[in-house]
Amino acid sequence: MDILSILAESTRSALGPIAAIYALAAVGLNFHFGYTGLLNFGQVGFMLVGAYGVGVSVAVFDLPLLVGFGVGLLCALVLALLLGVPTLRLRADYLAITTIAAAEVLRLVYRAGFAEPVTGGVYGLQNLASGFRTLNPFDGGTRYGVGALAYNGNHLWVLVVTWGLVALMVGLTWMLMHSPWGRVIKGIREDEDAVRSLGKNVFAYKMQALVLGGLIGAMAGCMLAVYQASIQPDQFKPQVTFFLWVILLLGGAGRVFGPVLGAMAFWFLMTFTDGLLKGFGSLGWLPFLSGPDYGAIQLAFVGLLLVVLIVFRPQGIIGDRKEMLINVK
Amino acid sequence: MSSDETSAGVDRMAGAEPVPGSAKSDPILVADGVRRSFGGLTAVDVGHLEVQRGTITALIGPNGAGKSTLFNLLTGFDRVDAGRWTFQGGAINGRRGHQVARAGMVRTFQLTKALTRMTVLDNMLLGAPGQFGERMAGAFLRPVWQGQERANTRRAMELLERFKLVDKRDDMAGSLSGGQRKLLEMARSLMTDPAMIMLDEPMAGVNPALVQSLLGHITSLRDEGKTVLFVEHDMDVIMGISDWIVVLAQGRVIAEGRPSDIRSDQQVIDAYLGAQEETAEARGSDDD
Amino acid sequence: MRTRLVTVLLALITAILVIPGPAATADEQGGESLHGQILNPDDRDQGVEGIGITVFDGEDEIGAGETDSDGMWEVELPGPGTYRVVVDQESVPSEFVVREGIIVDGETEVEVEADDQRPLIIALERPGGSDDGSASPSEEESEDAGAAAGDDEAVAPAADSGGSFGERFVQLTAAGLLFGLVIAVSAIGLSLIFGTTKMINFAHGDMVTFGAMVALVFSTGAAGLGNSLLAIFAGLGVAVLLGGFLENRLSRPVLVIAQWTAIFGGIALATVLGVMGDAVGWSVPLWLAAAVAVLMGAVLGASMERYVWRPLRHRNVALIQMFIVSIGLALVLRHVILVLFGAGRSRYAGYQIQDPVQFGPVAMPPRDLVVMGVAVVVLVGVACLLQFTRIGKAMRAVSDNRDLAESSGIDVDRVTLYVWGLGGGLSALGGVLYGLNQIVEYEMGFRLLLMMFAAVILGGLGTAYGAMVGGLAVGLVAMLSTLWFPSQLMQAWALALMILMLLIRPQGLLGRRERVG
Repeated sequence: MDILSILAESTRSALGPIAAIYALAAVGLNFHFGYTGLLNFGQVGFMLVGAYGVGVSVAVFDLPLLVGFGVGLLCALVLALLLGVPTLRLRADYLAITTIAAAEVLRLVYRAGFAEPVTGGVYGLQNLASGFRTLNPFDGGTRYGVGALAYNGNHLWVLVVTWGLVALMVGLTWMLMHSPWGRVIKGIREDEDAVRSLGKNVFAYKMQALVLGGLIGAMAGCMLAVYQASIQPDQFKPQVTFFLWVILLLGGAGRVFGPVLGAMAFWFLMTFTDGLLKGFGSLGWLPFLSGPDYGAIQLAFVGLLLVVLIVFRPQGIIGDRKEMLINVK
Repeated sequence: MSSDETSAGVDRMAGAEPVPGSAKSDPILVADGVRRSFGGLTAVDVGHLEVQRGTITALIGPNGAGKSTLFNLLTGFDRVDAGRWTFQGGAINGRRGHQVARAGMVRTFQLTKALTRMTVLDNMLLGAPGQFGERMAGAFLRPVWQGQERANTRRAMELLERFKLVDKRDDMAGSLSGGQRKLLEMARSLMTDPAMIMLDEPMAGVNPALVQSLLGHITSLRDEGKTVLFVEHDMDVIMGISDWIVVLAQGRVIAEGRPSDIRSDQQVIDAYLGAQEETAEARGSDDD
Repeated sequence: MRTRLVTVLLALITAILVIPGPAATADEQGGESLHGQILNPDDRDQGVEGIGITVFDGEDEIGAGETDSDGMWEVELPGPGTYRVVVDQESVPSEFVVREGIIVDGETEVEVEADDQRPLIIALERPGGSDDGSASPSEEESEDAGAAAGDDEAVAPAADSGGSFGERFVQLTAAGLLFGLVIAVSAIGLSLIFGTTKMINFAHGDMVTFGAMVALVFSTGAAGLGNSLLAIFAGLGVAVLLGGFLENRLSRPVLVIAQWTAIFGGIALATVLGVMGDAVGWSVPLWLAAAVAVLMGAVLGASMERYVWRPLRHRNVALIQMFIVSIGLALVLRHVILVLFGAGRSRYAGYQIQDPVQFGPVAMPPRDLVVMGVAVVVLVGVACLLQFTRIGKAMRAVSDNRDLAESSGIDVDRVTLYVWGLGGGLSALGGVLYGLNQIVEYEMGFRLLLMMFAAVILGGLGTAYGAMVGGLAVGLVAMLSTLWFPSQLMQAWALALMILMLLIRPQGLLGRRERVG
C-alpha cells in the first residue's frame, strides 16, 4: 500500500470532473436549503431529468447536444413546478417527503419496461458525447497535467467546462445573494411569515428558488451524461442526493463557496477511504470483508459523516458557528 | 397630555355611537359577517365592525376571545369561513397575506419575528416596497436598483434613528433584546409605508422601562395620520392611549366605545373579569 | 501551528505533483477497455452468468471475457481504435436470445477512444421479439425490480386466471388489502414518532429491513453473526429498560454504571459468540424468529431514541437538522445491514410455494392469509392499546400537544421512548410480513418507506389511525392501478394520490386542520 499514491489519487479526484459535477448540483441545493431553507431531498431527480434530457435527445432523436441541454433544463423546470405547487405552501417537511419520493419514482419510471423505447430501460442510453467531443480543443488521446495530476484530453475538456459552469453559477449565486432578491430569500429562510407580512409574495420567491436550484441540478445531470457518454437509471439512486447534502453541509450551507469546497473535500475523502480500504484489504487486514463490502462501508461512512457534521459542526468548513447558533427556531 | 388626548380623541371619533357595530364617520376598515371556526368551535363571529381612520383602536377581550384569530383573518394569514371586509374602500377579503400588506395594512406578531440571522439594517430594507432589485431578473442589474437601495437605506436609517436602533444597524437581529426586537418589528413595518398598522400585543414580554417609549411611538404613529389597531392585555395601557376600544368575547363584539364608556360598561366587566377568573381557575387546576 | 500546516500541505502537493502519473493511477486509467452488464430480461436485478464475449481487431482476437454471477464483464483493449465485438450465441441460455439493435447477429462494431472505458449494452430477450405478446404482459412487466419486485406473485395470478375484469378486480383488491395492511403496520410507528417528536424518521424504512433480515437469520440458522447481534441487542435492551424503569429509584452514578455494564457485557458476549461462530448454531421456526425480530426492532427503536434523539433534543438541535441526522442514520443502518447480511435476495424458506386457497373469486396462498390475519390482529391490538391503556392515552396526548401533555404531568421523554419502542417493534413486524409476501433484500425497507410516507400523509401526519386508513388506501390504489397501468407505476400512483391530498386537504383524512399561511 502506497499512502502517497492514494493521496495523489484522492487529490486528482477532488479536482476531477465528478467532483465538479457534484459541486454544480450542490450549488443548486445550496439555493434550496442553504439560502431559502427548502428541504429538497430529491436533487437527484433534477439531475436525472437533466441527464435524460440530453440522453433521449441525442441518442434517440439524433438532435444536437445543445438541444439536449435545453430539453433537460425544460424537464427540470416542469419538475420543479410540479413539486412546488402542492408543497411550497405547506410546512417544510412536506416538501422533503414529496421530493424524496418523486425522485425515486422518476428513477423507477425511467427504468421501467414500458419506457424502454425512449429511455433504454435498465440499460440506459449510450453514445452521448460525440457532439461534445467534436468541440474539444484538447486532443482526446493526450494526457495533460503534471505528475499524478493528469487527465486525458476528453476528461480535461469535461473538467474545464464543468468547473467553468460551477464558477459561473457561483458568480450567479454571489450576485443574487448580494441583491435585494437575495435579501428576501434569506428572510424567507429565517421566517416566512414575517416576510409575508411585509408584502412579499413568499410562494413566488420559494418557487423561483426551487426552479433555479433545480435547473442547476439538471445542468449537473447534463454534464454527467456528457462525461460518461452513457447513462443508466440506477446511477440516480437516492444516495446521490445524500452525497450532495454531505457536500453542502461539509462545505457550509448558505455560503457561496460552500458547495465547491465541500465537493472537493468530499471526493478527496471518498477516494482516500476507498484507497485505504483496498490497501488494508490487500494487506489482509480486513478478514471478514470482501470487495463489494467496501462500497457499503463507504456509504455507511457517508451517513456517519452526515450525523457527525450536524451534531458537531453544523456550519461546515467555512461557516460561522456564531451565526448558526443564533438560529433559535 | 391626557386632557389634550381626550379632546383630540373626541374630535377623531365624532358622531360614533358606543354600541357594537356602530358606524364611524370616516372608516378605513369595514368588516361584515366575518366568521371562522376550528373544528366545532366558533373562534370568530363578528357581525359588523368599522375602524375609524387616523385613530388608535384597541382590541381587547379575555383569553381565547378570538383577538389574534381576527387579526390573522383580516390580514390574510388565515382563511375565513365567511365574511367580507373592505380596506380604504376596496374589498380585500380572500386576499393573501402579502397582498393585504401591499394594500397598506401591515401587521406585527405576538411572538416577534425578527429575522435573526440578518442584520438590523437588512431587516429594515426588507420592508421597503416596490424594489426593482427584488425581482429575480432585476437582481442582476445592480446599477438600476442601486439608487433605489440608497434611498431606502436613507429612510431606514431615519427610522432606526427614531426608534433608537441606529447603533445596532450592523448587528444580527438575533442579538437584540426582546424590547428592541419589538421596536425593530415596528420600524420595519413602517418601511412599507402603511396606511394602517396592526400591532399584535406590542407590549408582551417588553421590559417595563421600554413600555413608555413604545407607547410614545404608537401615539406618534397616529399623530402622523396612520391608523393603529392593536391587541393588548394591559388595561392601563389601553385606557391611556386608545381613542376607541372594541371588546371581543367568544368571538363576538360585545361592546365598543371610548375608554370612558368601556370602563363603566357592566357587560364588559362581567365578561372580562368573569373569564379572567375562569382562566385563573383553569390554570390553577392545570398545576395540580 | 498554521505555518506548520501550510508547510506540510505544500510538501504534500509537491510530492503528489512529482509522482509519475501512470503508475499512480494505474487502476483507474489503465487504458482502454470495454465493459457491461448482461441482465436477465425476466428479472432485471439479476445478471446472467457465463456468456462469452470476444473482441476482434479485424480478424485477430485480442481479448475475451465472460459474465460473472452479476452479469458483469470486461475486456481490456490494447489501444484506441475500432473493434468488432462478438457475443458467443452458444453461451446464451437457451430461453433467451440477444436482442437485435446495436448488436446484429451477435456482432457489433465499437469505436473506442483513448483512455475510454466504454460500456457496451448487450440486452437479452425472450425469443420472438421485444413485444412478445406471450402469456401475460403484466407478468413480464411486474418482474421489474422497483416496488414491483415480487409483486408478480400478487399480480401474476390475477393475470393468469386470465379472467374477466371483475375477477381481476376482486383478486387485486385482496392483494391491495394485504399490501395496505403491511404498510399500515409499518407506518404506525412513523406516524406516532412524528406526532410525539415532530420529526420525520427517514430511517424507518431501514428499521423495516432490519426486522425482515433478523427474522431471516434466525429462521434459517443463526450462528456467529446472529448470536452476536442478539447479544448486543440484549445488552442495549437491558440498558434502555434499566433507564426506563429505575431512573428514579437508583442514584444516577449507579444507574449509569449498570447501563454501561449491560452494553459492554453485550458487546463482550457478542465477541465471544462471534469467535465461536458455528459452534453454537441454532434455528427456530419463522413465527418465533419473527417474535425475536420484533423484540430486537423495539430495542433498536428505543435505543435510537435514548442514545441519539433524546440527547439531540436536549441540545435544542433544530428540526431540520434532525431530519438530516435521520437520513444519515438511515444510510448507516442500511449499509451496515448490507455488509452484515449481503446484497442477495432471499425468501423465507418453506413459504415460497404454496397451493392457493380458493375463497369464492379470490385465490390466496395460506401464507398471505396468515399475513393478513396477523396484521389485522396487530392493528386492532394497537388501537386498543392507544384507546384503553394508560400509556396509550399518554401517547395520544403527547402526540396531540406535547407542551400541554408535559405541563399536565406526563413524563414526555418516557412516553417518547415507548413510542419509539412500539414503532421499532411494529416496523420490524412489518418487515417480516412484507418479506413473507415478497422478497427480503437490503433495500426493501426504503421502497416501503415511500409507500409509508404516502400513507401517513394521506391519513394525516401524526395520527396512528390515519396511518392505518392511509396504509389501506395506498395499498389498494397501488394494486388496483395495475388493472389499467403498468405495474412499475404502482408507486407513482400512490405518490400521485399523496400529492392530490396535499393539494385539497393537506392535513390528511384524519388530521386536524392547522393554520397554513
